[in-house]
Amino acid sequence: MKELVIISGKGGTGKTTLTASFAALAKNKVLADTDVDAPDLHLILSPAIKHEEPFKGGHYAVIRQEDCTACGTCRELCRFEAISEDFKVNPIDCEGCGVCVHFCPVKAIDFPQRVCGKWFISETRFGPMVHAQLDIAQENSGLLATLVRQQAKILAEDKNLELILVDGPPGIGCPVIASITGATCVLIVAEPTPSGMHDLERVWQLARGHFGIPCLACVNKYDLNPEMAEKIEQFCQQNEIKLVGKIPFDPKVTEAVVNGKAIVEYDTETASIVASMWEEVYNYLEKI
Amino acid sequence: MVICVASGKGGTGKTTVATNLAAVLGEKAQYLDCDVEEPNGHIFLKPQYEHREKVYVPVPQVDLNKCDFCKKCAEFCQFNALAVLGKNVLVFPELCHSCGGCMLICPKEAITETGREVGVCEKGRALLGVEFVHGHLRIGEAQAVPLIERIKKEIKPDKTAIVDAPPGTSCPVIATLKGVDFVVLVTEPTPFGLHDLKLAVGVARILNLPMGVVINRADLGDEKVFTYCEEEGIPVLMTIPFSRSIAESYAKGKLIIGEEKWRDEFLKLFQKIREIIGG
Repeated sequence: MKELVIISGKGGTGKTTLTASFAALAKNKVLADTDVDAPDLHLILSPAIKHEEPFKGGHYAVIRQEDCTACGTCRELCRFEAISEDFKVNPIDCEGCGVCVHFCPVKAIDFPQRVCGKWFISETRFGPMVHAQLDIAQENSGLLATLVRQQAKILAEDKNLELILVDGPPGIGCPVIASITGATCVLIVAEPTPSGMHDLERVWQLARGHFGIPCLACVNKYDLNPEMAEKIEQFCQQNEIKLVGKIPFDPKVTEAVVNGKAIVEYDTETASIVASMWEEVYNYLEKI
Repeated sequence: MVICVASGKGGTGKTTVATNLAAVLGEKAQYLDCDVEEPNGHIFLKPQYEHREKVYVPVPQVDLNKCDFCKKCAEFCQFNALAVLGKNVLVFPELCHSCGGCMLICPKEAITETGREVGVCEKGRALLGVEFVHGHLRIGEAQAVPLIERIKKEIKPDKTAIVDAPPGTSCPVIATLKGVDFVVLVTEPTPFGLHDLKLAVGVARILNLPMGVVINRADLGDEKVFTYCEEEGIPVLMTIPFSRSIAESYAKGKLIIGEEKWRDEFLKLFQKIREIIGG
């Protein structure tokens, strides 16, 4: 089984629009969205939810006011400034470390598990999909991203599917690390701007340099800045990143998103460019 | 006054809005880039760095001569950052949340703290006299929050601080938004933009922050973002059309307030924010 994760470093370069198109083109696959704090793939794939479960992350502290003696030990020991002067724990600040719970001399602090979001197994017009939504202002996005990948893997094994196609999060921190560790390959969607170049380098350092994962790349909206697109191509050549394609700026892509469609569901030149890109990616995956 | 520019969805134009807003205020402004995973503000504000420091978080180190391998530390740690294997204690610093619990719990006082580098914080003066602060998360480091908190310590009360937030709605965004006076949410009029705007509005509401919206590439997409803002009573502070000249400025790493029209627009944006906060 192969797992391709689509990432970008910089947000908004076109990860989800591209993943949606690959979802339409690829055969025998499970889809997964690990951008759990701002997932968007479902807006194109309109999944019908078949199975839903709460996601339990870490714990959080709750002081039982009736038992609290206001001794101040918890406030003194908490490094996250999560406990107010009147001994209430702010759940947003609480890291769930359990220090206050353990050291409270009268054992007045409970430590329930947090429900941090939901995850789903769904059916889409392009096949099964695992996705999630982290609750607003919750933690543990990395853990939820890991869970989504695990569930996608179980589903792929059950249904005897060969590929997991993952729409990843932006950045290079915890949710990205959780989304790419152990993946077969990542595809980095870059945009031809100084920010796009800067962020491509950092996410490549993470994927290739830090985790040793093979990297593919593509340039989206390359014709908005052909010079910078050229620089990205050179960077890819110098660093053994296989460039699988360059997609032009096409207002049809926005139109497709507005209509809840993948660009390959339209009859445009961009659609055929994306289709041949998918072929490149597929052939590469076959060889790994 | 601290104004945070955030978005939910990435790539909507946070950095464009934040850098131009800071630049239009010039010496009165301080720009702080809290998108430490992928900071981009320096590309546009071109700072001269005067100060650079590595940022560390405390993680445990175990003195095996004092340790009696009772496992209390490993059992206590909620994040599985310690494991006792026979006559050895393994520390996984990347899993540690720096709560200090293991050190407090160790009956033999065998645990002390050492530093794990999470990234670098840089300060300097940028174009038009803007004070500049940003951070770079170390590649491979998972936790952005300690570095964000370090950057926010640089906020000066006598300046107008413009804080550039990371995308998303989880811990790094919360850490960035905590304690600011106003949130500018930058979005685009597409289903992705609207969906993620709703999430970002949810975050701002949980933190009880006043907010307004800037709609970027306002002519590419549909009307739903505008309708949503009206229904929710969230003011649309500014719209930016899709234009080749703006895209080209961005692609060259240039500020758009070089054009008089945009200089005026950003000054107006600031005025509107001030009026909202003021009363």
